[in-house]
Amino acid sequence: MYSDRSIEVTDLTVAYRDKPVLWDIDLNVPSGLLMAIVGPNGAGKTTLIKAMLGLVRAAAGQTLIYGKPYAEQRRLVGYVPQRGSVDWDFPSSVLDVVMMGRYGALGWIRRPGRRERELAFAALDKVKMRDFADRQISQLSGGQQQRVFLARALVQDAQIYFMDEPFQGVDATTERAIVTLLQELRAAGKTVIVVHHDLQTVPEYFDWVTLLNVRKIASGPVNDVFTEENLRLAYGGRVSFLSRANGSAPETLAS
Amino acid sequence: MDWHILQELFTDYTLRTVALGAATLGIISGTLGCYAVLRRQALLGDAMSHAALPGIALAFLLTGSKTPLILLLGAALAGWTATLVMMSIVRMTRIKEDTALGFVLAVFFGFGMVLLTFIQKLPNAAQAGLDSFLFGQAATLVERDVITMAGLGAVALALMLLFWKEFKLLSFDPEFGASQGFPIRLLDILLTSLVVIAIVVGLQTVGVVLMSAMIVAPAAAARQWTNRLGLMVALAGAFGGLAGIAGALISAMGRGLSTGPVIVLFISAIVLFSMLFAPNRGIVWNWLRRQRNRRRLKLEAVLGDLYALSQQHESLKHGHSIEVLRVMDARRGGVQRSLETLETRGWAQRVGVDAWTLTPEGKHRAEQAAVGRYG
Repeated sequence: MYSDRSIEVTDLTVAYRDKPVLWDIDLNVPSGLLMAIVGPNGAGKTTLIKAMLGLVRAAAGQTLIYGKPYAEQRRLVGYVPQRGSVDWDFPSSVLDVVMMGRYGALGWIRRPGRRERELAFAALDKVKMRDFADRQISQLSGGQQQRVFLARALVQDAQIYFMDEPFQGVDATTERAIVTLLQELRAAGKTVIVVHHDLQTVPEYFDWVTLLNVRKIASGPVNDVFTEENLRLAYGGRVSFLSRANGSAPETLAS
Repeated sequence: MDWHILQELFTDYTLRTVALGAATLGIISGTLGCYAVLRRQALLGDAMSHAALPGIALAFLLTGSKTPLILLLGAALAGWTATLVMMSIVRMTRIKEDTALGFVLAVFFGFGMVLLTFIQKLPNAAQAGLDSFLFGQAATLVERDVITMAGLGAVALALMLLFWKEFKLLSFDPEFGASQGFPIRLLDILLTSLVVIAIVVGLQTVGVVLMSAMIVAPAAAARQWTNRLGLMVALAGAFGGLAGIAGALISAMGRGLSTGPVIVLFISAIVLFSMLFAPNRGIVWNWLRRQRNRRRLKLEAVLGDLYALSQQHESLKHGHSIEVLRVMDARRGGVQRSLETLETRGWAQRVGVDAWTLTPEGKHRAEQAAVGRYG
């Protein structure tokens, strides 16, 4: 199942001013699986994604996507930033935003046309938002905004997807829709990296997990790595476990 | 009022020049101002226009020329320098953006004022008129100025249209743009430069003090009327141009009214009107919508109360007094009016002096409403 390596990170270090945010991260992610990145607030989860995408300057280290630097492999990568990172009152329709996922493939100056519209509609279908295509984005609920962002990444037609907290503050319908979407992506052989907050759902939703707290605590198959000991290492004393009660799912008190 | 002015617009050379210049500046600043507003850089525009003053003064001191292109080049360079200084302060110190903006604005503007006073004391006559850049003096516009403004503006607008898609991405989600490989830094510099051009083009007419209004106001007004970027940009250009022409005409009619401030007042009136009356986003519109919702809810409440009463009496013939309904409604008022509305719709009827009951139609509606609410 886990044939080739989709992502290889070596010695990645990021610092803001003189404070290290990520320290010496090594990561190997096999292709075709769903990986969660978990860790407490300030652990550097978002920074890790951004550094892998070259959005944050790394003090040291490199990221390879299928064996080559990211700059050469952009077309293979889709990105879902945090929903709160943009102004949703921007004068734009849902369809417009989704088509932005094609801008990179279009290159300079060329405008989106019929093909881009069709791709955007297909992606909106997948996240069950087709009826909202003409809606102004400020009229969407949080969950709907999230699905628009997912659709925008889907039209990128990538091999690897990076998603920054897609489950953050969404309704139950959207959460189910995202989970279904993740499974479809995995079935299609894609690799998906998800910054995730809810420890309880990690074993249910993901195959692979990376525990992070500035340093990498552990990374590997959920069954091997998602242990009480590793969680304690990542979260310090702030984790209480339900494992005694139901045998598996730990729960965090840190939020 | 002297309506010959409209005729003079086509015959009087000075008025025509001023009106054309004002319209040009309005269109350019309105259009490009949209990006400043959408990217939350409205205050940056203010700082850049104030900072242009020392640039104008220095350009004159160094070249001794008052050629518009040279002075505007000085203004643009100074505006840019101010922006860079401000960004560096934010990046390299712990000072926040608003503080840095206020600081840079004051320092550059103060320096400009010092230079201006210095120039005015110079023993030649060539310096006359430089101080008009403070509040603008549209009357000094000549054909050459307008051609310079239009040329600069045309270049800026052409670039905006050429990079439409890229600027849209930059304004909405720069990080996503960067992840797709667009050089966001470069695009940022380009777009900011276009805004600088828009500011510089208006300085002679409106002046450094009021110019930021021409960047912010048309965009703010246009945003009220549309949810589409293309339409917003076009509308802002139209509002700006309209304000320019109107300002030129009004100031030509009245004695001693200077054009720049009149243009700014006119665009402010457009903003006020838009904030109040634009559909969906306007204050009045929202107020009316709330009122309509309140009335509808009240109507449903009274309908429901009548239904509850009819259930108790198991008959629609039994009438109920308005006072009972008022008590059921916790005396929040408007019961009489709701009953009258229900009557005109044929959902309730009067069966006595002060006795109301549901019609069969009204009963049906009440049941439907209950299903809609609880079903």
